[in-house]
Amino acid sequence: MSKALLYDATLCIDCKQCEAACAETNQLPYDDAVAQEDRQSEHKFTVVLAKGEKYMRRLCMNCGEPACASVCPVAALRKTPAGPVIYEASRCMGCRYCMVACPFGVPKYEWNKLAPRVKKCTMCSDRVEAGEPTACAAICPTGATKFGERDDLIAEAQQRLRENPGRYVNHIYGLNEVGGTSVLLLSSVPFEEFGYRTDLTRDPLPLFTYRVLSRIPDFVPLGGVVLGGVWWITHRREEVAAAAGGAHEKDDGPKEVVFYPRNDGRTQ
Amino acid sequence: MKIRPTFWKLVFLFVMAAGVCATYVRFAKGLGPSTNLSDQFPWGIWVGFDVLCGVMLAAGGFTLTAAVHILNIKRLRPIIRPTILTAFLGYVLVSVALLFDLGKPYNIWHPLIMRNPHSVMFEVAYCVMLYTTVLSLEFSPIVLEHFKLEKPLKIVRAALIPLVIGGVILSTLHQSSLGTLYLIMPEKLHPFWYTPLLPVFFFLSAIAVGLAMTIFESSMSSKHFGQQLELPIIQELGRVLLVVLSVYGILRFEDLLHRDVLKLVLRPSYETYLLWLELVLALVIPLILLLQKKVRTSAGGLYVTAVLVVLGFITNRLNVSITGLESSAGVRYVPKWTELAITAAIIATGFALFGMAAKYLPIFPAAARLEASGTEAEVRAEVLSHAGD
Repeated sequence: MSKALLYDATLCIDCKQCEAACAETNQLPYDDAVAQEDRQSEHKFTVVLAKGEKYMRRLCMNCGEPACASVCPVAALRKTPAGPVIYEASRCMGCRYCMVACPFGVPKYEWNKLAPRVKKCTMCSDRVEAGEPTACAAICPTGATKFGERDDLIAEAQQRLRENPGRYVNHIYGLNEVGGTSVLLLSSVPFEEFGYRTDLTRDPLPLFTYRVLSRIPDFVPLGGVVLGGVWWITHRREEVAAAAGGAHEKDDGPKEVVFYPRNDGRTQ
Repeated sequence: MKIRPTFWKLVFLFVMAAGVCATYVRFAKGLGPSTNLSDQFPWGIWVGFDVLCGVMLAAGGFTLTAAVHILNIKRLRPIIRPTILTAFLGYVLVSVALLFDLGKPYNIWHPLIMRNPHSVMFEVAYCVMLYTTVLSLEFSPIVLEHFKLEKPLKIVRAALIPLVIGGVILSTLHQSSLGTLYLIMPEKLHPFWYTPLLPVFFFLSAIAVGLAMTIFESSMSSKHFGQQLELPIIQELGRVLLVVLSVYGILRFEDLLHRDVLKLVLRPSYETYLLWLELVLALVIPLILLLQKKVRTSAGGLYVTAVLVVLGFITNRLNVSITGLESSAGVRYVPKWTELAITAAIIATGFALFGMAAKYLPIFPAAARLEASGTEAEVRAEVLSHAGD
């Protein structure tokens, strides 16, 4: 079964302990200055945003069918069965297609390093594999960030929406976005206010390229046969014409397919 | 290259010097200090121009080999060598550009052993690697002839048709796949350019640009390498170009129409202006020009048309890779001087290598005949006799 996070913004108190715990787990610097930063970066994987009394976390959504993992030519990014989307820096060649493809703009880059890596939240993959919750969920004092089975968390989110219809926007963000993500969000204010796009497709993004890519294995033999056939027809036609005409220049026949003619063909 | 040698040599030296400085910044300081790329905008002109346009500008190679060897159009033979040379240099330079753009260029070989067949980039990487190999084999007879290596020459000639067929298939795949790269971002790429037909458009425009580049090259060669202009040949290419552009234009119009984007085309915006720049350069003016017999049959007219088509589709590639992604990223991207300097140095290297190959290898018909006949005097006489044709 696949694990997930449920973040309920109405329970969040903006204590930023998730930010600090995240930094510690990922061995990133964290101080007051970093706490002030309000966007994800190569040294800050999760951010608690505030608009008045309303809060919202941002972190890697760890998509069910991640665009970043699908586009990575060397499979440096991977979705594990447990839920996290992980990154293996030693495979990466730095093409940054993952950053371009991610619908949430999550992967960040170490632009100022000579051996730069892609940096993002990997849903505490090591902890999750060991059966522990993510660092942000473990430390959350109010239960705003909750770790569990994705199916259980969906059921719980639906129950919260049912029991307190006035309290929430009637939408579980991440349930269907780009095919569903391993981070689920509940909020009392529209998600757009915190930069979450609500116009995302419900189809997993990898489908968009796979529809085209999956035809290649058929195209290659087909193309080969068609091109070979055309070659055969055009040259056979000439052979026949030469045999019929008799006097035709024989040296242009198919037996002597000269790559680059020494005669430049300008002779009339 | 007898024309204004000092001026162009100075330009070349300046561009190369700037390129060397920029290369130092890139590899000593990293991508951050050497580019205006950011987390919001991770791909700039090294991808948008050097790779996307580079591969497109080299498309003449597969277009012409298909025409000559598969369709058996013998008339086009005299221009096939310079076209293959351009394509080969083009792909080599694209690979060099990639070394600048990749964060860890020393890992460029990773796709060979670390595979992800679901990735368009993986497929492009393989096609480009294989096709560059094919091009080097297609190009090899020129070198082998030059050094009179008969045995390997025989082998390459025997393998020619399978090589050409393989090259055409590989080109079809990766030319279109460069468009497929952008299919994964339906939410990010501006609706002017995001369409399920992106692979088709990239493929068709590669053919158009392949033809235009061949016309451009023939004209340039006739000016700078003392080649006689093969007017009947470029007239024929012009006619095919007219057909390809018309098909592309109609498809493009229908695509905008059916996706209900046509109403946005007249609404003033940053994207609208650049869309129109692209369409006017690549389609409107060239189609108007080519529809007139006077232009279609004149060397000058075809040259101007070819240049416009090339510029138009360069704009198209930059629109897809840069303009179309700026709004969703929320930033405006302008390349840094280092990015421009490296791109310029790569282009200059291409011109210089082409010039050197043209000088020392039997690229052009007269030179090929010189190799064959062995005496320069004979060739001179032949060229002179043709001059009166």
